[in-house]
Formats: sequence, C-alpha cells, structure tokens
Amino acid sequence: MPPKDSKNTHAELVKKLDLQNRKSFIGDKFFKGLVIGASVYTLFMVALVFFALADGSVPIFLKEGINFVIGTDWNAVEGRESFGALPYIIGTLVSSTIAMAIAVPISIGIAIFITEMMKNKLGTILSFIVELLAAVPSIIYGLWGLFVFRFWIRDYVEEPLHNTFGDFSLFAQAPFGLDVFTAGIILAIMIIPIITAVSREVIKAIPHSQKEAAYALGATRWEMVKTAILPSSRSGLMGATFLGLGRAIGETMLVTLVIGNAIGLAAIPTSLFSQSQTLSSIIANEFNEASNDLHLSALIGLGLVLFVITIFINVAAIYIISKVSKSYSNLRE
Amino acid sequence: MIKDNKTKDYTSIIQERIAKNSRKRKIFNNFMTVLLFVFVIIAIIPLASILFEVFKNGVGALSFEFLFSPPGAFGSGDGGIGPAIQGTLIAIGLASLIGAPVGVLAGVYLSEYSSSSRSFAYFLRLFNDVLTGIPSIVIGITGYIALVLTLGSFSILAGAFVLSIIMIPIVARVSEETLKLVPNTLREAAYGLGLPKWKVVWHIVIKGSKSGILTGIVLAVSRVAGETAPLIMTILGTSLFFSGFNSPVDALPLRIWRLASQPYPAAHEQGWGAALVLILLILALSVALRMFAQKRSITTFKGTT
Repeated sequence: MPPKDSKNTHAELVKKLDLQNRKSFIGDKFFKGLVIGASVYTLFMVALVFFALADGSVPIFLKEGINFVIGTDWNAVEGRESFGALPYIIGTLVSSTIAMAIAVPISIGIAIFITEMMKNKLGTILSFIVELLAAVPSIIYGLWGLFVFRFWIRDYVEEPLHNTFGDFSLFAQAPFGLDVFTAGIILAIMIIPIITAVSREVIKAIPHSQKEAAYALGATRWEMVKTAILPSSRSGLMGATFLGLGRAIGETMLVTLVIGNAIGLAAIPTSLFSQSQTLSSIIANEFNEASNDLHLSALIGLGLVLFVITIFINVAAIYIISKVSKSYSNLRE
Repeated sequence: MIKDNKTKDYTSIIQERIAKNSRKRKIFNNFMTVLLFVFVIIAIIPLASILFEVFKNGVGALSFEFLFSPPGAFGSGDGGIGPAIQGTLIAIGLASLIGAPVGVLAGVYLSEYSSSSRSFAYFLRLFNDVLTGIPSIVIGITGYIALVLTLGSFSILAGAFVLSIIMIPIVARVSEETLKLVPNTLREAAYGLGLPKWKVVWHIVIKGSKSGILTGIVLAVSRVAGETAPLIMTILGTSLFFSGFNSPVDALPLRIWRLASQPYPAAHEQGWGAALVLILLILALSVALRMFAQKRSITTFKGTT
C-alpha cells in the first residue's frame, strides 16, 4: 500500500512540475512577446509619423515641386493658390538663432555655477528652481509673453534700442512687442533648463583628476573651469546645445502667440523687430481654417520640412553625445 | 654691493609683478563667479514672474461656476472651463492607458532582454531618442492623417493616441534607467530559486523599481498635460461636455490658447484662470502620484522583510 501510494505521489509530482515548467515556458514566451511587441510598436510610431507626413504632402509637392521649399509666396485663395515655405523656414531659423545666442552662454554658465561653484544646499535649491522652469507648459510661457513680457521688452529694451540705433537696419522698424526678438527671448527662457540639465551631466562626468591637476598648478577657480572643464566638455556641451536647438525649432504655441504671425514675403524678418512666422506656428494658425485639400497638404508639407530639420539636428545631437560618453570611459580607463 | 642691490631690485620687481598678476587673476575669478550667479538670477526671474502673474491674474477668475460650467457666449466672460478640465483629464487618462504600458515594456526590453551589442536594441534606443525630438505639432499632424481622416471626425481617441506617442519615449527612457539600477544579485537570487524569467522581471525587477517607473510616468503625464499643438488637429476643441469617444472635446491648453487669442479683457482673465488651473492640475498630479509611489514602495518593503 505505501509503495503504491508513494509511486502515485511521485507521478503526480512529476506531472505537476512538468505542467508548471510548461506554464512558465509559456509565460516566458508570452512576456517576451509582449515586451518585443511594445518595442516594435515604438519603432512603428516613428515610421508612422514619417509615412503619414510623406503621404499627406504628396499633392503639394506634385503641384509646387521644389518651389514649395524655395518659394516665398503664400496664398490660399481658391484659383490663385501658391505655397512657398521659405519665409517660414527663415523665420524658424532666425527665431531659434536668437534663442540659442541667449540661451547657450546662460545655460552653460548656470551649469558651471551649480556644479562647480555652489556645491552646497543653495546650489541644490537653485538647480531645483531651474528644473521647475522645465515643468511649465509652453502655452503658459506664451500667455505670459503675450500679456506681460511683451510690454517689458517693448518699453525697456526695444524702444531704447530703436531710439539710439534706429539708423541701423537691425533696429530700424518701430517696435511693437510682438516680433522675432520677443519670440527668440521667450524661446531662450524655455530651453535654458533643457540645455542646463544636459550640460550639468556632461560637466559632472569630467574626471576629478583633471580639475585637481588644474588646481595643483595654481589655477583660480575660473582658470580651472577655463582650462580643465570647458575644453574637455566641449563636444558634450555641443550636444546639449543641439538638443536645445531641436526643441526651439519645433516649439509651437508660445511662438504662435508672440511672433506676430506674418504671412508670405512679409514673414521674412528684415530687422530684429519684424513680425514673422515659423514653420510650426503657421501650421497651428491655419490648420483648422485650411480652405481646401491643397492648402491642407501644404501645411502637412511644412510639417515634413520641420520633421526633416529636427531629425537632422537630433541625430547630430545623439551622435555627439554618444561619442562623448565613449571618450569619457576611455579617459577613466 | 651694487650687484646685490640690483638682484634685490629684480626680485622685488618680479614679486610685485606676480602679486599684481595674481591680484588681477583673483579679481577676474570673482568677476566670473558674480557673472555666472547673475546668469542664474536671469533664469529665475521669468519663472518667478510667470508664477506670480498666473496666480495674481488667475485667482480672480476662479469660482465654482468657472470650474464646472461650459463657456458662455464669445467674449462675454460668462461661463467657465468645465469641458476643458474634463477633456484634459479624459485625454490624459486614455493616453496613459496606451503610453504607460508600452513605454514601460519598451524600457523592460532595453534593460532586461537586450544585450547592448544587438542591433535591434541599438535601433530602438536611437528611434526612441528620435521620437523624443520630433516636434509635438508634427506628431499632431500624424494623428490627424492616421486617425481623424480614417475615423472621419475629430475625436478624443485621436487626441489620446497622439499624446501617447509623446509619452512613450519619455516613459521608456526613465524605465530603462531605473530598471538598470536594480542590483544583479536580486535577479540571480530569484533565478536561483527557480523562477522563470518573466516572473523575475515582473515580481522582482519591475515591482522593485515601481517608484522610479511611476516617476517616469508622472514626468510624461505632466509634459503631456500641457501639450497644445497636437490637440489642435486631433481633438479640435468645443464648448460642450464630453459626449462620446468619437466626437471632439475641449482641453485646458487649447482653451487657454483660444481665450488668449480673443480681443476681450474678460476672455484674457479667463485665460489666466485656466492657466492657473492647468498649473495646479500638473502640480496635483505629480504630488498625488509621488505619494502613491512612496506608499507602495513602503508596503513592498514591509512585505519583503
């Protein structure tokens, strides 16, 4: 009786274990499939963005050809349609250039200050506050720009510049407050936390031995920054800059609210105080009022141009940053 | 004697020069320190001003009616932003339903299932970074072509889909980073007990880094809550309450934009009020989810001891 019983339990146990093994095998397969499925879905999204834009912009490229990229006319009136994206490409480049010119030195300065000069509690608080800036939605920057900052910049910066240097074409236009200059400055405010965050990581990654060597040679703190930090983090800071540039070029809402929304040839800025328009802001302004399929296709085509520009910038940024982290690991070894 | 005097002279001259030089260097060092500090202040002023203005101008608009009723006649300053709040909450919720699991699972793949040399993981990481960099308005156009045109109408589904595309890369990136922080000894101990891989990943790795993953989701949600551009071409915005997944709804950022674009001061005040609600909403979301994450991690800690 007992042997039979034990044999039974043994068989049962084997059966149970077998079942469990099979279950966990199925579970493994299932979970792996789930995880890979999610990854493929992510890849698919990038492809979807590209193909949707390409598909949607076929009509406009068929009609305008290369003229769509280099033309300056923008007319959606039925029968007289003409769509050229050049003014908006220029507007995008000008507003982001202004933003970068302001944001890059300030962000790198903040990153250096927080990581090297203010290593105490105050530094932590300051970096937290700067990070808070990144959490503010861009539409609120736009609101603030439209109702508050616009008057500051017009009364305290643009008017004096215009009155003093009005002979130069750069400041010739009568300031209005809603122009590429304002848009560039608010864009700068928005991307400062982004560039600062990446720059901080880059500067933190520099081996201590480099800094100590500079100090040992008798460098002051600034000389240490100049000789040890800036040269060896140059390409990393470049990557951070490119990331910020990508954000500035694609930003829509705050630009739409403060850039003045000029159309066609008028959107090419002739001075700092010109009304202008960027690729993203004209899409936002006209998408829901698109009068016909061709107009809609033109806006989608603008999206494609914007997509291509940002992809180039972001891939460049990713490439630079990945190269930097490799060179750092070599340095440590 | 003469010679001695001369050497002494030279030494003192050199010493003087060094002293002068180092004084210069010290002054320059202090100057740069102050300059960099000024940069920090320059960055903080806008934040202070934005928060100040939003609270100052927005508090006046807040009322029970403002929070729960639909917008009144154009430019009248009547009514409120009820549909916008409702629409934003529904859109965020739906977007998280797609974006959070996909993002977390993609992060799991990158951290647990891929060796770094494998090209699929390399491409996934690259495309993930590329997806982060695509302007949100471009993603909005994608949603318009892929969903609005196919389904035939502007809808909250299209809006949520578009927002989920923005969420995925953020969640995936943060998840990967946190999962990699789980010590390998934990995984090995679990394997040693005979657990299959999926149980190790699910019960040990994912549940162990729950708070980190939740932080990533919160980050993505608060980013998505303020997105305006992609909603223009997907959920369109209306002044009515939610009436089904296949019809347009309103959203807070969209409502702020419309109110700010109107030429009436009453509308502007409502815009500030809506901005205040949006900021408070984002703040509340992150605080609530963070508290939830903390509570959960404490209970798991108790469970393991």
